[in-house]
This record gives sequence, structure tokens and C-alpha cells, in this order.
Amino acid sequence: MKFDEFVCFEATVPELQSRDRDGAIAELVSALVQAGRLPAHAGAEITKAVIKRENEASTGMGKGVAIPHVKHAAAKDVLAVVGQSTAGIDFAALDERPVYAVILLISPLKNPDRHLQAMENVFKHLQNERFRKFLRQCRTPEMLEDLLKEADEHPSW
Amino acid sequence: MSAGDKILETVVRETTVQIKNGDGLHMRPAMQFVDLASQFDCEITVSSGRTEADGKSIMHMSMLAATYGTQLKIRAAGPQAQEALDALRELVEVRMFDEPPPKPNENQPQ
Repeated sequence: MKFDEFVCFEATVPELQSRDRDGAIAELVSALVQAGRLPAHAGAEITKAVIKRENEASTGMGKGVAIPHVKHAAAKDVLAVVGQSTAGIDFAALDERPVYAVILLISPLKNPDRHLQAMENVFKHLQNERFRKFLRQCRTPEMLEDLLKEADEHPSW
Repeated sequence: MSAGDKILETVVRETTVQIKNGDGLHMRPAMQFVDLASQFDCEITVSSGRTEADGKSIMHMSMLAATYGTQLKIRAAGPQAQEALDALRELVEVRMFDEPPPKPNENQPQ
């Protein structure tokens, strides 16, 4: 599945204000609510659910990126938003290093295959050192959108 | 062949397992797989046909996107190859990552 199919570019947070994990998650959920992609009444509940999931096992897989995620009825299809932090956020990552990009993923309750296909795409690109470097260099929502669309067009760059 | 030669041989074992839990190999099962695989003295490679992954790397395993029903070929090379395959098969097919099978109508065709 291509980034363009599930990333909400209008909600990109180029510089997260929060320096902590839970605050960053709340900011990203709010960004999706403000972009009209999640109902406002579900925001707090989704934030809580993502944090609960994160407490079970960190989604900070290393290399400066975390992929917090949860299933929720408010998502009709897989929905993602990207937030960045130049200062770095402590996500209790596996490699114990700070996280510079947070990709929040909300998946529908049904159709688990869509969630896996989105994850497959995210991790395939994250293997690529060049992609990670460019991701960290993105300073505006436009830069991020360009990068992800470029990645969509060149799956094995 | 003397007993000494045999020790130098790399034991290679291969098997195919099928994903039986409804949610497939998402991040938590992938972590269980990596945690278990890492306990054995052997290299482990997992292939979905499209993608090949290091069975001891969580970033690699997350990229397999193995949905319910997917067949994964597991290849183990090293002294504990057979033990590793036996344990991984148990995790994937018998314990099903401690998750339920699919609910009816959950996996709609794409």
C-alpha cells in the first residue's frame, strides 16, 4: 500500500511541541481531528488507547523512528500522520535512542490485512538509510509529502 | 568422515509454516517471533515469497506483512537449527502468537 493511500498530509506536524511520548501522541491525534479525519469526540479515547498500547511494548523500533498504532472504530480505513521532532523524543525505543519521526497509525477494527500492508510499506522504506536521512531533513509538510510521494513512485530507490 | 569434520558442517533446516491468527504477523507477534528466534544459536531467514527477512530483526520481520493464511518459509542455519524451527512452528501454528483465529467475514478479499 502506498503512503499516498493512508497518510494524511494535511495533518503533518513538522515540529512537535511536546518533548515526551504521550504529548507527541496527543498532538498527532489532534492533528487528525483538526484535519477532519477523526471525529473530535473520539480524540481523547484514541490518544488513551495508543498510549496504552505503547505501554505494553514500545513501537520505537530503532533508527530514530516510532510507529505508535491502534485499532479504532473511528477509522474507516488505515489512517496515518507523521510528526517530527528535531530535539528528539524518548519513546523507550529498542535501541534506547531518541525518536525524530513519529508515524501514528490508526487502523479500522475490521480488515486487519490493510493494517499489515501499511506497516509493510512503512518498514520497507525505513530499512533504507537514504529514506531515513531524507525523512529527518524534512522541515515542512510539503517536504514530507514530496518525500513520501517520491518513495511511492520508486519503491526500491 | 571423522567426527571432527562433522562439527564443522553447518546444519541447515527448512520448513514452511502458515499464519493462523486472524490479525496476521503484526508488530506484537513479530516481536514474539524475534524474541524466540534470538534464543537459538543459528541464523534464521524468513521468506514470504515476495520478501526475505532476517528472523532476528524486528524491523525486517515487520516488513513481511504476513496476513492470515500466508505461508512463510523459515530457514535456519547453525547448531540449533532444528530446535529453532520446532519452537518457531509451535509459536506460529500451535500457540498462534496467543491470538484468536479470524472472525467470520473479517478478512474481506482485497
